[in-house]
Amino acid sequence: MSKARVGVVRFPGTNCDHDIWSAVEMVGLKPVWLWHRDRVDLDGIQAVIIPGGFSYGDYLRCGALAARSPVMQDIVPAAQKGLPTLGVCNGFQILCESGLLPGALLRNEKLNFIDRWVGLIKAEGHSPFAPEASKGDQIRLPVAHGEGRYFITEDGLKGLQDQEQIWWRYEENINGSVDGIAGVTNSNKNVAGLMPHPERAMAAWMGGDQGVSFFSRLGL
Amino acid sequence: MPRVEVLDSQGRAIKDMLHQQGKDLIDCRMGKYIELEVKAHSKEEALREAKVIAEEVLCNPLIETFEMEIRS
Repeated sequence: MSKARVGVVRFPGTNCDHDIWSAVEMVGLKPVWLWHRDRVDLDGIQAVIIPGGFSYGDYLRCGALAARSPVMQDIVPAAQKGLPTLGVCNGFQILCESGLLPGALLRNEKLNFIDRWVGLIKAEGHSPFAPEASKGDQIRLPVAHGEGRYFITEDGLKGLQDQEQIWWRYEENINGSVDGIAGVTNSNKNVAGLMPHPERAMAAWMGGDQGVSFFSRLGL
Repeated sequence: MPRVEVLDSQGRAIKDMLHQQGKDLIDCRMGKYIELEVKAHSKEEALREAKVIAEEVLCNPLIETFEMEIRS
């Protein structure tokens, strides 16, 4: 049986691509590069992951230019049809800018770049990534971001709550995110965005291995 | 410009610094200024073209508003 293939997207300025590639390989799946300029055939791709970094230098708005790249013309319809799609950090910003996820990510409330491990609490949302996590589970993952403050309107927040799209919250709200939100899903629960970096928590020597389950259940 | 309901953390930082400098300022909000040079046969056509660009790319309506003016 051939390994499940996972697309890893790269834009100019993406810098967590190799870490995502390694994480996918570590769990026994086969990563494939998806280049921002290409139109891509996602047949045979079981999931797509958009890594973190500073795509297009965060110019205009974080993720705004990447969201409008040629490769997204294929990823967006595939995600809308149910393809498991994960955006980590800048990837989360790109998914919001592309309309696949609700809300937006803004500059951290206190303007500082936050680079530390944080506690996260699983909310009601679920996704193909870490699918066995239960509401209330507590994990620790590292964050590294200057624009991680999740924003959505009051009506939008009510929608997220009603549709169970809030995926993870910060134990302690580090950046002023509405409702302490660290990650959300779309209403269909196949697209997910997370500001923390599960690919940096794959082994004890990294500081923790609670990122493994975000990748290990794909393709199954 | 950032919407009123959005915390403008940069504007707030600037305001706080100005207060520290003794300026009696009520508020500060920071936005973006973008110039577009478009090909068009009339001012109306140019504004229409720019509006499409603004709505589709330059402005995220969830968090920002925009205004346009034309200069030939």
